[in-house]
Amino acid sequence: MQSKRERVKIGRERLQRVIEMCQTVEERSLDPFLVNVDEIIRVIREFFPEWENPEDLCLDAEAINRLASVIKLQSEWVKHRSTSLYTDPFLLEEKVKRLEKETIVEAFLGAWQPIIELEQITFQSLKEALQYWESLSPLKDRWKAFPTPEEAGGTATREELIKLKVLRDKAFTEELENFWNELKRLAAEKGENGRVSYWDFVGAETYEETVHRAFLTSFLVTYGYATLEINPLEEKIFIRPFKKQQRRISKEQLVSIPIAITREEWERWRK
Amino acid sequence: MEKMSKRKAVYASKVKRAVHMLFYRRHKKPGVKGWELRKALGADYPKVLSILDEYLKPLDLQVKMVFEEEKPRSEKPTLEELDKARFYITLRGDLTPKEAKMVGWRIDDLAGLAITIAYIISKKGKAPRKEVEELLREKLPGWKTSLNIDRYIRYGYISQDENEQLYLDWRTRAEVDQKALIDLLLSK
Repeated sequence: MQSKRERVKIGRERLQRVIEMCQTVEERSLDPFLVNVDEIIRVIREFFPEWENPEDLCLDAEAINRLASVIKLQSEWVKHRSTSLYTDPFLLEEKVKRLEKETIVEAFLGAWQPIIELEQITFQSLKEALQYWESLSPLKDRWKAFPTPEEAGGTATREELIKLKVLRDKAFTEELENFWNELKRLAAEKGENGRVSYWDFVGAETYEETVHRAFLTSFLVTYGYATLEINPLEEKIFIRPFKKQQRRISKEQLVSIPIAITREEWERWRK
Repeated sequence: MEKMSKRKAVYASKVKRAVHMLFYRRHKKPGVKGWELRKALGADYPKVLSILDEYLKPLDLQVKMVFEEEKPRSEKPTLEELDKARFYITLRGDLTPKEAKMVGWRIDDLAGLAITIAYIISKKGKAPRKEVEELLREKLPGWKTSLNIDRYIRYGYISQDENEQLYLDWRTRAEVDQKALIDLLLSK
């Protein structure tokens, strides 16, 4: 005897299969009569009493909707077969294989009336084009409309480039290692079980500095200087520094953990 | 008498205008929509077109009306239905194989087009590209089949959706008598 949970699981799988089959028939123009409509209706009816969640009821509705599309295809198929345009594709295929190219072309020419169309310059269009050309100002005049900025060039100092964040005052690895040492110190002094709260570590006096620290932290984790520990129930994130840089030797798939550093989050931490 | 000749002059001028509109390509696609003709020629444009059709008969040309969306409910379409139709000038009779070459088609490409269109018709207006390519490979070199299908798509004879299904497109509807093509192929 199956439990209710098992039956729901089986029912979902069956409906999913029905949807996929109907979709395939629709999209790949397969014979719609491959679908056994009576059998599908029996399956849908059999599992209907099991559905309680809105998601399952939606799945049920989707299966019925897909089945209706297949029935529509069947009806179109019957209609098409009854028209004078109907030809068995296999018959046609056989015929085409046997016919010579010349004969096929001969048949096509009997049913083809190509469109007559001209693409030709006229006296009127030439006249209009000449008028346009005459009224068109030379390029050198038109380009005058966009004067080049007359700002004088000069040299920037190293301090100015650092301020503009073009250059850093320390090499990145050096900065990262200092940051790692800071984390190790903080974990030893104020940490709990060798780890500190993520926000207590990245949080700074200004929002800009916080973002910069979060940026560096991401490299600490990626390069194996530290690891993140997440407590999903309490929604808390901790960062644990390693004593030595870890090399990635296991074949385990690394995961990326997105952490939003929003101004609201930062203000909440400050309070 | 004077009234009669004035009317004739009006229609003669409208026929000229219709010739300019129909023969010269105005948009990306050739042909003119019914509402465009109504705007340029007035509400009696169907009459202007029938006069033009008479003029074109001895030249083996015709004015062809193609309904792109819905087919008209009765044999005589309403003005509203005509507005939505597209009008073209097409050949009235048939081309000979020699003449077909002159309009820029190689015999191979034309045979491929015939097979493609006929197969799509036989599959209720929708066929997988793969099946059509296989069918074409019977008579054409493999490298050419895909190029040919792309060419038929570019010319507007067929179209393709994201699932690689081929459909008949506007040019086939305008130029090919689908029933005649199937009958002719099966009777060979």
